[in-house]
Amino acid sequence: MKKILSSTPLIMLIFSVVVLSAPIWLAPLGANYPDLLQKFAIFGIFAVGYNILFGLTGYLSFGHATFLGIGSYTAVWSFKLLTMNILPAIILAMIVSGVFALVIGFLSLRRSGIYFSILTLAFAQMAYSLAYSVLTPITNGETGLQLTQQDPRYLDAIAGIPVKDGLPSTNLFGTLIKSMDGYFGFYVAAVVLIVAFYISLKIFRSPFGMKLRAIKSNQTRMKYTGFNTRPYLLTAFVISGMYAGLAGGLLASIDPLAGAERMQWTASGEVVLMTILGGVGTLIGPLLGATIIKYFENIFSALNSNELHKIFDFLPEGMENFMVTVVGPFVGEGWHLTLGLVFMIVVIFLPGGIMQGISHLFGFIKRIFGMGDKPAPVDDTVNNDSVSKGGAS
Amino acid sequence: MDAILIQLLNGLDKGGAYALIALGLTLTFGTLGVVNFAHGALFMLGAFCAVLFNKVLTISAKVKDESITFFDAYKETPYLELWWGDTGATIIDYSVPLSILFVIPIMLLVGVIMERGLIKHFYKREHADQILVTFGLAIVIQEIIRHFFGANPIPTPAPDVVAGSAAVGAFFGLNENLVYPWWRLIYLAFSLSIIGAVFAFLKYTTFGMVVRAGMADRETVELLGINVQKRFTIVFGIATVVAGLAGAMYAPILPPDYHMGMDFLVLSFVVVVVGGMGSLPGAVAAGFLLGLLQSFASMNEVKAIFPGIDQIIIYLVAVVILLVRPRGLMGREGVFED
Amino acid sequence: MSTTPNNILEIAGVNKTFGGLHALSDVNLKIEEGETHAIIGPNGAGKSTLLNCCIGRLIPDSGSVTFNGKNMIGMAPHDINHAGMVRIFQTPEIFPDLTLLHNVMIPALAKRDGTFKFNPFKSLASEKAILEEAHATLADFELDKFHDQLAGSISRGDKRRLELAMGIIQHPKLLLLDEPTAGMARHDTNRTIDLLKSERMSHMTKVIIEHDMHVVFSLADRISVLVRGNIITTGTPEEIKNDPKVKEAYLGESEDE
Repeated sequence: MKKILSSTPLIMLIFSVVVLSAPIWLAPLGANYPDLLQKFAIFGIFAVGYNILFGLTGYLSFGHATFLGIGSYTAVWSFKLLTMNILPAIILAMIVSGVFALVIGFLSLRRSGIYFSILTLAFAQMAYSLAYSVLTPITNGETGLQLTQQDPRYLDAIAGIPVKDGLPSTNLFGTLIKSMDGYFGFYVAAVVLIVAFYISLKIFRSPFGMKLRAIKSNQTRMKYTGFNTRPYLLTAFVISGMYAGLAGGLLASIDPLAGAERMQWTASGEVVLMTILGGVGTLIGPLLGATIIKYFENIFSALNSNELHKIFDFLPEGMENFMVTVVGPFVGEGWHLTLGLVFMIVVIFLPGGIMQGISHLFGFIKRIFGMGDKPAPVDDTVNNDSVSKGGAS
Repeated sequence: MDAILIQLLNGLDKGGAYALIALGLTLTFGTLGVVNFAHGALFMLGAFCAVLFNKVLTISAKVKDESITFFDAYKETPYLELWWGDTGATIIDYSVPLSILFVIPIMLLVGVIMERGLIKHFYKREHADQILVTFGLAIVIQEIIRHFFGANPIPTPAPDVVAGSAAVGAFFGLNENLVYPWWRLIYLAFSLSIIGAVFAFLKYTTFGMVVRAGMADRETVELLGINVQKRFTIVFGIATVVAGLAGAMYAPILPPDYHMGMDFLVLSFVVVVVGGMGSLPGAVAAGFLLGLLQSFASMNEVKAIFPGIDQIIIYLVAVVILLVRPRGLMGREGVFED
Repeated sequence: MSTTPNNILEIAGVNKTFGGLHALSDVNLKIEEGETHAIIGPNGAGKSTLLNCCIGRLIPDSGSVTFNGKNMIGMAPHDINHAGMVRIFQTPEIFPDLTLLHNVMIPALAKRDGTFKFNPFKSLASEKAILEEAHATLADFELDKFHDQLAGSISRGDKRRLELAMGIIQHPKLLLLDEPTAGMARHDTNRTIDLLKSERMSHMTKVIIEHDMHVVFSLADRISVLVRGNIITTGTPEEIKNDPKVKEAYLGESEDE
């Protein structure tokens, strides 16, 4: 039974159905509009990739937003210089961010622990500052990089695509998907997410993934066991950097502009948060974390005191005003306060994130019904890690 | 020559702030073994203590403005002035230096609550967990401040007497017209004296001796039967107060806003790493060194040769030092290397 | 040992100082292929330092370490492992967050894949040969019943046997054991002795550092005595038992205490 449940094709089938039907089952939550769905998928990709580095090897990078930013810039340049087709843009975004990840990773991975974190942070801050200053010709500084009517788009010109008035829209081979607006954007991102998740699943279940986890567990032992750990770490770093570049390229494909604020270190902090919230080192956790954070960001940050009054309308007036005063600071502009608190609570009480919570819950239910004392395996890789996290706390 | 003098002063000034923040960070690293990402937020909290103090002092009453006669006009006058006249006005004028008296108990309280309530439980956790939980705390502190004080920087003036500039040019026998803000000079002197005080405290008191011994070899100190735990709280409190003082006095130089802590935190971490994790003199030296480097890099002559260098110099230095001298300038072996 | 002995490991003139302390001074040692060689000596004699110099954790100040005809000095730990020298640590160095099965699969993969191999699309479940070998090795060490437990959760004695299994699965040419029974109860110690004498391991060349003379005399073909960074003598267990120098070294040490 367990074997069948954890078989790759079945997981991928369920995963694909769940992702592709998101517009339907997210409707009751009010989260079924394209803008938000796109964010779920794109930041999901970002977090799934980040997890390959942080979740498997335990190396905490504080600079991964850099690669997202580089991906965005690359994609917009591809739209400006080559073609409005998103495929080359996304591929180039991955390649360029992969190259940057190779260089930054090569240097940063010469150190471990907090030194590694600081090195990635330093590189990220450098990239961010440069994007705002000297690199303005490439990044267009504070305004951000945008499309213009005058962009050459050499490939489109060669293909004889007529230049119309107004800015052209991004597309997939012109006719296949004419515009990335609305649900098209979501479905493109969703398909990419499914592929990205599949690759992550394969890595998790490969000897390569097991070795990465062994490095996290005891790097010294790995060296004396005959592994050169640095190329393993570098490969994981580059893969996660390419995932970030992919996410950045997709962001630019849906809305063709790129700004340096995407590279800010708070943005790097956000992906760490998503991963932690969902469950570090678990397969599905980071995706869950990304979705939850983007969902609540959307809901909470839109609430203002008027809406709060509406929500607490059913209470007597005194209570209503009191509740609005209490809840007020946590919503709207104060959404980050909620985020910070949730973050702290998760790290303090649930270091394994939501996935650990789920696994504890399953264990609890099983114990109640006397079905044995082992926690319920959702999937062996997921289970292993959340249990170990629980043991460490 | 003139430009160099100004940049030298600028650098020392900035370096003073970096050194003070880095000092506290290093103290918590070295003794408690905790990586505190909320330390920048404590700096910011200090600055807002000065803001709050100023606001409290200037709580005003509406008073009829006697100078306007043809209609009833009202003006806001602080109670302090109403009660004590000129003495009250002087107190308000000196709100920033006076706020030190307010900052010390408040920050000590914040520090003790933070250590007892949160940090204590993270001594045995991984560094990554420490970073993450204090990162969350930093966001929380910062958002609370934003909720009460808004998102805009709040100008907080220095006392009138020192609001002007000192004729440093004349003093050094250079251009007569070369001036430098008094308050910045005071800040430099202030940071130096705080650094001196912390070092003296660690060097000449028994408590300081235990702390230094603990930084060198915690296990042995614990084996000697000394209660290190209790001292941790005090050390954390000291680090908090130092950060708070650095922030309060910095308010006239940089009008405080809620995210100034994050900006300084990243830089201070770089400072600590460059100085060498766990080395107090290293943190101070690196603070001043990086402050100077940053201000010289922002000279036009330098920028003409290396465009954008002023933006990245600190990070560049950090990367080079970490790669060439993994333990920073004065770091010890085996600190934070697992 | 009727045929001419073939020296698999030759340590010649190795010196190592820490600050002013001579941890090893001019150590010379030859390990013959197939033998079990014990190194004994009082605390602080430099036994662990000597092992560390062999596996690349420390680089000696001078001297040479030749393994299987190749100079090991300056080689990275993972290359030394692939040359065939494997060390078992005194405090068990395992992967606490991985299952026992994965713990033994990793060294088996190291043996097969070399220092680096990027195979993200190969499934662990398809590694039939490795899985089979891992299970068999765990079974040899009476650990197979725990194979899906996390290595961090088993008892200390089990952890040490697990690490032994991790070493054995690589079929090393030379196994270096750092106090394999330290801190073990008599029952566990005897179990370990039996394991080391078992068919699978009895012909393997081994260097054992050990305090427990019961273990030393039940296992060793030859014994070297290391005192204050010097090898004072090497010989068969019988010779060592009757060597006055050894007695003096141990007694002298106990007088210091």
